[in-house]
Amino acid sequence: MMRTFVRMAVALAVMAVVLTISVPVFAASSLNGAGATFPEPIYAVWMYKYNQLTGVRVDYQGIGSSGGIRQIKARTVDFGGSDAPMKGREVHEAGLIQFPMVIGGVVPICNVKGIEAGQLKFTPQLLAGVFSGEINYWDDEAITSLNPGLALPSEPITIVHRAEGSGTTWIFTNYLDKVSPSWHEKIGTGKIVPWPVGVGAKGNPGVANYVQRVNGSIGYVEYAYAVQNNLPYVTLMNQAGKYVQPGLASFQAAAASADWANADGYYIVLTDQPGDESWPIVGATFILIYAEQDDVEKAEEMLTFFDWCYEHGAEMAVEKDYVPIPKNVADMVRQTWADEILAGGAAVWK
Amino acid sequence: MRPRSRAQRRAADTAIRVAMVPSALIGIAVLAWILWEVIARGVGAFTPAFFTELPTPPGMEGGGLGNAILGTLLMTLLAALLGTPVGLLAGVFLAEFGPSSRIATAVRFTTNLLMGTPSIIIGIFVYSILVLPFGHFSGWAGAVALAILILPVVMRTTEDMLNLVPDELRESGLALGAPRWRVTLGIIFRAARTGLVTGVLLAVARVSGETAPLLFTALNSFYWPGSLNQPTANMTVTIFNYAMSPYSDWQEKAWGASLLITASVLVVTVLARFVIKDKGGRA
Amino acid sequence: MKESTAAIANVATCAPRDQSRPDAVFKWLAAACALVVIVIMAGIFFELVRNSGMAFREFGFSFLTSDSWNPIAGEFGAASSIYGTLVSTGIAMIIAIPLSIIIAVYLVEVAHPKVSGLIGGAVELLAAVPSIIYGMWGLFVFAALMQTHVQPFLSRHLGALPLFQGPPMGIGVLTAGLILAFMVLPFITAITRDVLMMVPPVLKESAYGVGSTMWETVRFVSLKYGRRGIVGAVFLGFGRALGETMAVTFVIGNSHRISASLFSAGNTIASSLANEFNEASEPIYLSSLFALALVLFGITLVFQTIAHYWVARMQRLEAGDR
Repeated sequence: MMRTFVRMAVALAVMAVVLTISVPVFAASSLNGAGATFPEPIYAVWMYKYNQLTGVRVDYQGIGSSGGIRQIKARTVDFGGSDAPMKGREVHEAGLIQFPMVIGGVVPICNVKGIEAGQLKFTPQLLAGVFSGEINYWDDEAITSLNPGLALPSEPITIVHRAEGSGTTWIFTNYLDKVSPSWHEKIGTGKIVPWPVGVGAKGNPGVANYVQRVNGSIGYVEYAYAVQNNLPYVTLMNQAGKYVQPGLASFQAAAASADWANADGYYIVLTDQPGDESWPIVGATFILIYAEQDDVEKAEEMLTFFDWCYEHGAEMAVEKDYVPIPKNVADMVRQTWADEILAGGAAVWK
Repeated sequence: MRPRSRAQRRAADTAIRVAMVPSALIGIAVLAWILWEVIARGVGAFTPAFFTELPTPPGMEGGGLGNAILGTLLMTLLAALLGTPVGLLAGVFLAEFGPSSRIATAVRFTTNLLMGTPSIIIGIFVYSILVLPFGHFSGWAGAVALAILILPVVMRTTEDMLNLVPDELRESGLALGAPRWRVTLGIIFRAARTGLVTGVLLAVARVSGETAPLLFTALNSFYWPGSLNQPTANMTVTIFNYAMSPYSDWQEKAWGASLLITASVLVVTVLARFVIKDKGGRA
Repeated sequence: MKESTAAIANVATCAPRDQSRPDAVFKWLAAACALVVIVIMAGIFFELVRNSGMAFREFGFSFLTSDSWNPIAGEFGAASSIYGTLVSTGIAMIIAIPLSIIIAVYLVEVAHPKVSGLIGGAVELLAAVPSIIYGMWGLFVFAALMQTHVQPFLSRHLGALPLFQGPPMGIGVLTAGLILAFMVLPFITAITRDVLMMVPPVLKESAYGVGSTMWETVRFVSLKYGRRGIVGAVFLGFGRALGETMAVTFVIGNSHRISASLFSAGNTIASSLANEFNEASEPIYLSSLFALALVLFGITLVFQTIAHYWVARMQRLEAGDR
């Protein structure tokens, strides 16, 4: 009995050793990334398709933009993802390169009985009032006067915000900061801010999940999360004073005015853009990688993947309601790679 | 105690009896409810693809959690291989070599403390010694974190089981001139094997359902576990991510994974108890 | 036993002459393995202290007392997390301790032996269910019930207390405490049941013999006899609840505010670590999270040490009694 037990244990041990040694042989090369959840729906599609085409494994874990910056700085991943752009100087000082991958819109989503997508109208001031906790019932004057036709319940409003550092929060609070002086004074812009009220959820998925579950709640997510899960978004008044619906067209209108050529480190903010059609809360999402790469092959593989995303990913992005990066901007990014990304002193991208 | 009349005492007893049944029922009903929900919501996710395929991006139909199932199996197995031998030998030290020595007392106390240390702290510890210095999340780090959880449990059960072995056995072995190590491994382990196997099984079953130690070590992955030097897919972190997502398809898979992991833990636990019952007489 | 005898014979026949060296190696190997535990504990302590140094240098003692958690301003304090940890654990223990003792007494003293065996076995199994299952059930099933029924009921009838004010969200400190209660319930019940079953029948029979009722017998004989085991079980459950991550993170609402109302969102040390540890981008932020971990580690160490000495003292007292 003892002998069979020992024999079993030995067999298990041998099996485990063989498994752990043999798997790397079969494994294709792999790239690891982590960060923003804002672009995760489209990154997931790109990675999946790219893996099917080439066998290259690109792994991206949505842990939040702060997480993306943290993990790339700790060098525990090959690339980080963030939607809160770093200033050009900051990027250079950290030895990083920052470039945009895709543009998307942040939309407030709500869970109120009888209210469907696009029905509820909000002005920027009202949005700031609700998220700062000053307006805390759905049938508050401030809301009903803007929405006379809607039957709003006399229920408390529950704010759902992010629990961790988030680029989506950065874009959202950057917008509120611009449009509301009292927001600017009390709360400000940040990847994580001292929310006066509400519950925190992890990632864009977490916020969408909580809004789904809590009656009378309102949160903010990237548009793809709202559409894929049928979460009612609100209509917002933009800078031009027009009420607009979120969607590819209104995101494109907002992104049209971006001046990429003069943005140091591609630092660009697309909130509160002019134009009758523009959705007011739009932002780009960025990839961060080190300018100095240790492993030439890995660096090449990584840039080849990003290049493929620019070249072939546009259509998939549009399907998921993201605005692809314009061709000329992608060319600018390729030039940046060629100029600045080095491995052992030699350019990686030719 | 104040003297009370017989009627009063009877009334108190009846009141307690009457209150007892509904409280017991409520407690048991809640627990049954939890199990029921896991089964009812999870069983629908069980398709062949669930066990054999890779996850798909959100919004794309199909796919499965084959990689996470394999990853959890691999890491748990490795953790058992790392933690069990050390735990067994440490248990031998506690039971056989001066059980009341100062070192043994200190080790025993520390083992209790380690058993009560929150698993998320183990995760943070392993992050700072294995993830940060080596520059990547890895399946190895996850396995080490789980092994640290297994170790104290195996130690304590080993000590308890060896203490149940009658001294006559030890003495007769030693009297025949056998060395200590042979007596321990050949006689004492053999006499206590049922208890030891049970202890190891229970410890391994328990850690296979742990999430917190893996969050900062193994992380997660969309692919088959390639090399354990890479972030490694696993069921519990996948459950956490999927359950916290808004996609109904992912939520269903999270319930499926929950059912799978609960069922496996329960099956191993029942098996372990069955082993005790079956072999109890001889152990 | 026959097998063991054979094993002894087997071992004896192939015993080598010189046995002191392998035996010494064996002993040292076993000792080394035992010391691994101490090395790990020391390592945990060292790593937590090392990495939290920056936070403690920056904030000093006020790290423990400040309830500000503001990553933008770089101000961190553990008060809200400590508060949430203690309150959610407190709620869990207030509910779980009496309920599990009642269930255990019911199973041992009142229920039909078959029912008792069946339910007792089930309770033991439930103690093995992974905690993430409790968290998930809490979010998907229990939070909805809390929002639509339990919280409105509480605020209608007990709304005068600040504890039960505010909007019913379903997610919050109260829900987290209840989920923790459900999680530790089977655990404490299983151990208490074992303890009560070990009370010698002769003791109980003599109590019944002098005319005690069932409740009196339990109260003055069984619970007294088994109190050491029960106190141990309660402390174990308490320790689990304190450091539990997954059952809490799903439902507590992750907010770094201290609020009088149990309906509002809060956080525990473990839930903050789960949410923020991989994400903290500034060194001071990360260091503060290590400091939070150190605080949790410290709290569990203190409670376990107290438990250890308390149980040991009860053992001494009992030894004196007899």
